Amino acid sequence: MSSIDRIDKIIDKYECETGVLIQLLLDIQKELNWIPPEAIMRINKRLKIPVSEIYRVASFYTALSLKPRGRHVVRVCAGTACYVRGGPRILDSVERTLGVRAGETTTDGKFTIETVNCLGCCALGPVVEIDGQYFGKQTTTTVGKLLASYT
Amino acid sequence: MLATPNQGVKNLRLESSADLEKLRKDILAKKNPKKPAIAMCISTGCEALGVKDVIKAFKEELKKHGLENEVEIKETGCIGFCEKGPRVVVYPEEIYYFRVKATDVPEIVSKTLLKKEIVERLLYTDPVSGETARNLAEIPFYKYQNRILMDNNSRVDPKSLEDYIALNGYSALAKVLSSMAPEQVLDEIRKANLRGRGGGGFPTFRKWESTRKAPGEPKYVIVNCDEGDPGAFMNRALMEGNPHSILEGLIIGAYAIGSHEGFVYVRQEYPLAVENMQAAIDSATAHGLLGNNILGSGFDFKVKIHRGAGAFVSGESSALMTAIEGKVGEPRPKYVHTSEKGVWDKPSALNNVETWANVPLIINNGADWFTSIGTAGSKGTKIFALAGKVNNTGLVEVPMGMTLRDIIFKIGGGIRNGKKFKAVQTGGPSGGVIPEQYLDSPVDFDELAKLGSIMGSGGMIVMDEDTCMVDVARYFVNFLCDESCGKCVPCREGLKQARKILDGIVTGNGKEGDIEKLQEIGETTAAAALCALGQTSANPMLTTLRYFRDEYEAHIKEKRCPAMVCKSLISYYIDPTKCRACTLCSRNCPVGAVNGELNKIHLIDQSKCIKCGSCFDVCPPKFRAVTKISGEPVPPPIPEEQRWIKKTGGN
Repeated sequence: MSSIDRIDKIIDKYECETGVLIQLLLDIQKELNWIPPEAIMRINKRLKIPVSEIYRVASFYTALSLKPRGRHVVRVCAGTACYVRGGPRILDSVERTLGVRAGETTTDGKFTIETVNCLGCCALGPVVEIDGQYFGKQTTTTVGKLLASYT
Repeated sequence: MLATPNQGVKNLRLESSADLEKLRKDILAKKNPKKPAIAMCISTGCEALGVKDVIKAFKEELKKHGLENEVEIKETGCIGFCEKGPRVVVYPEEIYYFRVKATDVPEIVSKTLLKKEIVERLLYTDPVSGETARNLAEIPFYKYQNRILMDNNSRVDPKSLEDYIALNGYSALAKVLSSMAPEQVLDEIRKANLRGRGGGGFPTFRKWESTRKAPGEPKYVIVNCDEGDPGAFMNRALMEGNPHSILEGLIIGAYAIGSHEGFVYVRQEYPLAVENMQAAIDSATAHGLLGNNILGSGFDFKVKIHRGAGAFVSGESSALMTAIEGKVGEPRPKYVHTSEKGVWDKPSALNNVETWANVPLIINNGADWFTSIGTAGSKGTKIFALAGKVNNTGLVEVPMGMTLRDIIFKIGGGIRNGKKFKAVQTGGPSGGVIPEQYLDSPVDFDELAKLGSIMGSGGMIVMDEDTCMVDVARYFVNFLCDESCGKCVPCREGLKQARKILDGIVTGNGKEGDIEKLQEIGETTAAAALCALGQTSANPMLTTLRYFRDEYEAHIKEKRCPAMVCKSLISYYIDPTKCRACTLCSRNCPVGAVNGELNKIHLIDQSKCIKCGSCFDVCPPKFRAVTKISGEPVPPPIPEEQRWIKKTGGN
């Protein structure tokens, strides 16, 4: 299925409702891993929502990405509990290992690093989430091994 | 299991309160309280610790013994003690095992299930007395709690309406619909003096009453599970673990207010909460507990989930409502209350997850029962997310008015690794830090405000002597700077300037007058920002200035970080008298800054060191040779010829 078909299928679900833009963009993000320009144009065409408004929403919320993301999304928790337990050093370590900064994707398209305000499992801090799976009690050494286990 | 439509039963609808009671009786009659069961927490915390493997191991092991029909495996919600997960409860004896691994499963099955023997090593062991505890009441973490909201999390499968009904679920709704007028419901909530659990502590009945009285149709009711405060996860645990309790509260509220449509706003970072709430809505609808003519009462109510897309400011009520409309979640001035003009300018009542979950309890047990718990101004219990440098991390539900000391030391088991307590941060980025001298303050809405902090949604981050308070202030200001929606100047520009000053201080570029400037920015933001989040954004800064001014001064005047945190102000140094030349640090240094080999004392090349702290982490505790230095020069390296260690007894 082409990405336009996939986008259309998602838009179909919301066609007759109001106030759906965020939900729609979240679904597209989940399906395509980012919000490509053609998705924005398609929503504009079918739901008659101005392009400027779609961009405004898509750029406001951190869960929505206007850039393509890597095959694996590494999210380092930057919540307070992880912070006081050494979260920033875990982030440093991830950035150093992958050679890119938070918000960027490695040139081979394998990893994207993101920070997240809180993953809500503060008991396990510092926490790293990769592709929806949580890894608690990370250290600068374990996180390197963890990243190496992804292909 | 309840029959689902594809199992051939077409009509699940309960047409009256009597139908509900009949269903409850049927469910209870079918339940055999003596039947063995294994209950495991499948919330995010335990999942991260590997509970899925444990469940798989149980399934296989039970099959091996031919017990798959004799023993029920239950997947339940979080009971709060995330530190010791994955936890397993063996019923009917109710034995609690902690930190269970898949490899422990055969032993649990062969001993506890088959021979009724206890596996001692998996029980909770008190770190002080060394005594083991079989059930929750014996564990200090639980002993001092009063778990009116959290308790059922270990008893219900969140996806099973049947489990919830078995525990008297939806009886409050049935009572309201069959025997109470909306005004009576409001009156009960007023008498209970229930106050909003999301942070503000605003009286719930006032919100409901003004929404009820406001002109305009339709009216909306909303559950706020945005929980954007970093370090707070109590709403997640309730929504993941017992979604029907929230839903029941919401329907009762809708009835009292005269609303027929509701929203559950959940942040998308909580996929399991979304999933379980959707399952709850679906099964409640199938049973006629949602939808048209609920329990034959003539009352109609439907509800929809709205996923948040990751914006802290969306937790603010007016911003959340614009997000529900599908727009950018920005707050608006509150001279018109959202109870009068909220979602699509219609009257809207928004409450936190925990507030809604209290409603069925108040209806069932009465306002007098509820007001018997808590302090004069704050009734009931509050769930706190106890995290940071405390021994027992997790969710604790205590009566309002318990002291910070009791929460942190009696329940939390004190500070990790024998360190010294420095401060506790309550209320997330809108709250403040509270130092040691106020540890005996009771925790309720009004007392915390007096100390310059807030209760907030219940985040409680414990900080020890290794936490730098200037760095903490910078962390929150930085967080809020990123999350500020930018609509009003004091928040958008004030925070940015504050961040600039704080960045200077933590990197050793602090100047005379910085403290006064921060103070002024903080006070201006507090007075002039548009929304509550902006107004409270100065709290972390103002409280650290109030209680830890000496730390700011050490950073500015002596270029010293007393807690040894701020990278620019510290150096790592290997104490030559302690180094045993094991090469562990040199092998782990990512930039090759450690010079040394076996039997040759290691040195750190300060010009190469990036201060990542890897050497500090890996240096064996028995040596503790790697140290941090701040505010003074690093001692010069020892002469080359003195670096060789002569090992005795070896080659």
